[in-house]
Amino acid sequence: MVNGLNLLFQFLDSFAFIVLAAAGLAIIFGIMGVINLAHGEFIMVGAYATTLANIEYGLPLPAAMLAGVLVTALFGLVVERVIISGWLPNTIGQLTLGRNVIEPLYDRLADSMVATWGLSLVMVQGVRILYGNSLDQIGTPLGNIAYSGFTYSTYRVSLAGVALAVLLVTFLVFRYTEYGMRARATIQDEDTARAMGVDTERTYMTTFAIGSGLAGLTGALYAPTITMVPGLGSSFLVEAFVAVVVGGPSVVLGTTLAGGLLGTINAVFSNVYGTFVGRIALLVTAIVMIRFLPEGITGFVERVRERRQEGV
Amino acid sequence: MSGPLSSRRGFMAATTTLAGTALAGCLNSSSSSNTIKLGILEDRSGNFSLVGSPKHKASLLAIEEINNNGGINGKEIEVFDPDPQSDNTRYQDLTRRAIKQERVDALWAGYSSATREAIRPIIDREDQLYFYTTQYEGGVCDKNVFAVGPTARQQLGSVLPYLVEEYGSDIYTIAADYNFGQLSADWVKVLANENDANVIGEEFIPLSNSQFGSTINRIQEADPDFVMSMLVGANHTSFYEQKASAGLDVPIGTSTAMAQGYEHRRLDPPAMANIYAGVNYMEEIPTKRNTKEGGFVDRYFNKFPDAPYLNEEAENNYFSIYMYKKAVEQAGTTEQEAVKEALESGITYEAPEAPEGESIKLDGATHHVDHHMWVMRADEEHNVEAVEDRVIPETFLSETVGCDLTSEDEETQYTPQDFYEEAG
Repeated sequence: MVNGLNLLFQFLDSFAFIVLAAAGLAIIFGIMGVINLAHGEFIMVGAYATTLANIEYGLPLPAAMLAGVLVTALFGLVVERVIISGWLPNTIGQLTLGRNVIEPLYDRLADSMVATWGLSLVMVQGVRILYGNSLDQIGTPLGNIAYSGFTYSTYRVSLAGVALAVLLVTFLVFRYTEYGMRARATIQDEDTARAMGVDTERTYMTTFAIGSGLAGLTGALYAPTITMVPGLGSSFLVEAFVAVVVGGPSVVLGTTLAGGLLGTINAVFSNVYGTFVGRIALLVTAIVMIRFLPEGITGFVERVRERRQEGV
Repeated sequence: MSGPLSSRRGFMAATTTLAGTALAGCLNSSSSSNTIKLGILEDRSGNFSLVGSPKHKASLLAIEEINNNGGINGKEIEVFDPDPQSDNTRYQDLTRRAIKQERVDALWAGYSSATREAIRPIIDREDQLYFYTTQYEGGVCDKNVFAVGPTARQQLGSVLPYLVEEYGSDIYTIAADYNFGQLSADWVKVLANENDANVIGEEFIPLSNSQFGSTINRIQEADPDFVMSMLVGANHTSFYEQKASAGLDVPIGTSTAMAQGYEHRRLDPPAMANIYAGVNYMEEIPTKRNTKEGGFVDRYFNKFPDAPYLNEEAENNYFSIYMYKKAVEQAGTTEQEAVKEALESGITYEAPEAPEGESIKLDGATHHVDHHMWVMRADEEHNVEAVEDRVIPETFLSETVGCDLTSEDEETQYTPQDFYEEAG
């Protein structure tokens, strides 16, 4: 028996999870051409920072979440300077050897995958050494919504609102700020952008920090609902990668549409047939999309639009 | 819009490259006939480190205590204990190494059933004396394997009848979707049948799943008297927090929560409120041997002041090392066939799980232990109290299957489907 409200809440829950899991990954991939396989571990940094700030240092939950976002953004900045752009090792190399030692990882898909995967292993094991096998956990705030024999966590449903806000703010930043304009110029044609005076390296650096901050936000928001273990990031990866594949090149629109489509599929199938089938449905959708719409939803829309323009 | 996205194929490859490998380290060792060498392969990193570390620590405690008291038959115990890192391939390598190079006299290894099944063929090829100590689905009838943890029949058999009596007969099962969870769910059906209860719903959850919104809704829709939960691992632990925040307050019986991963200490109350664990041991077991000054808990935390918890499997490693000591002393040798025979003679030990004046007995025919089982309940503040306890023998192998390793050499694992209609 399908209950409409159940389905709605489950959709909102899945939508929020998929959008928030994917947002940081989509931005870093879409703008820098870097596949961040350590994305899950960036989420873990946000979740750990939030939990530690709340439980160890006694910050109230919203402040702890903000701390989680900032710590992760800062961490992302360091990773960008040291590993992705190679700025720090290259600066040291210039001073000692008189030459660069690292080629930046921008637009080197396979290389960036290997580097960030290695980073993810170091992060998981490093956190395990520093903080042990698990942390005490924050309880989920806000109680629950009760309706005709069922209940649903208020907090989880309200995350859908946060997910929409994240999408909206990301859209506004890329559409209306100077950074956004520079970032779009860098995506379209890096050389020309540089010729026009855009500091593309700085754009990349900012982008990575923003993407990391978003991953941190996801960790911060989900910290009160999931188990605090060093490997917690892996539970976000399937949704994150499937959403980016399904969404396609446009960061905001792609993530929104992917969240909507996959959220619907996941909610309907897991509501009617159970969690197991819900997950299978998610992965089958990804396979079908890769086969028939290899450019993702927004890539397909783009192609149709271009064809129409040619027709005119 | 075009640009960096032209190479989507590379990106898609990323989704398939999320598999890992681990490098085996190099370890040196030496052994002489004046010492006894025990192999302790327990996870201190990777997926199972949370539950594996206490096993490793409690083993070291038992060995230290024995060595401080003159060893076994005057021989000191040496340990071979590299970290298998929750990796089954590494387990296989280290098991071969322990047997062939280190020539261990007895081996303790592995948390999950998947690990046990990965190394059991190696163990059986070499006829290595092996102790598997995790609580598990049951049914292993193997001449080389002493499965001394409680089985599903013992664990679920303690908590399920209690809950039927307390709350009613409609049961909803949620279990991890692999052999342990599937077989445990079969046991729930068998035990429900024996206790005049019925399973009104069942869901198997993939191990990678950490979102339980739909599961919680489905439980509410079925409206059972209680839930039996055999969820496994860190992802599944999220269920308890999520069901609490969703306001699902149905009582839950479990064989996997609290006693192994101490969720009642890690999660914010009241996530584990009204959860009943059927276990042979957890740190809060109120026996004198366990809680008194200088008791098991005291000794453990004296040696490991920073350890987070003393779990069910840690006690199993601890008492089985002492059972091994008794067997070697009885046999007068570390020769493995003689020790197995001594173990089969019905060794008993005053384990921390048993109340004062009682001991637990190793059943020679099945290589399993007749455990003193406890039903432990967590309240709103996550205080744990014992609500029932009794000795539950392992009857599946002895009575239903008829496994007798003293008269017949076997290397099999039996499942409930083979013997019960309702489990099919």
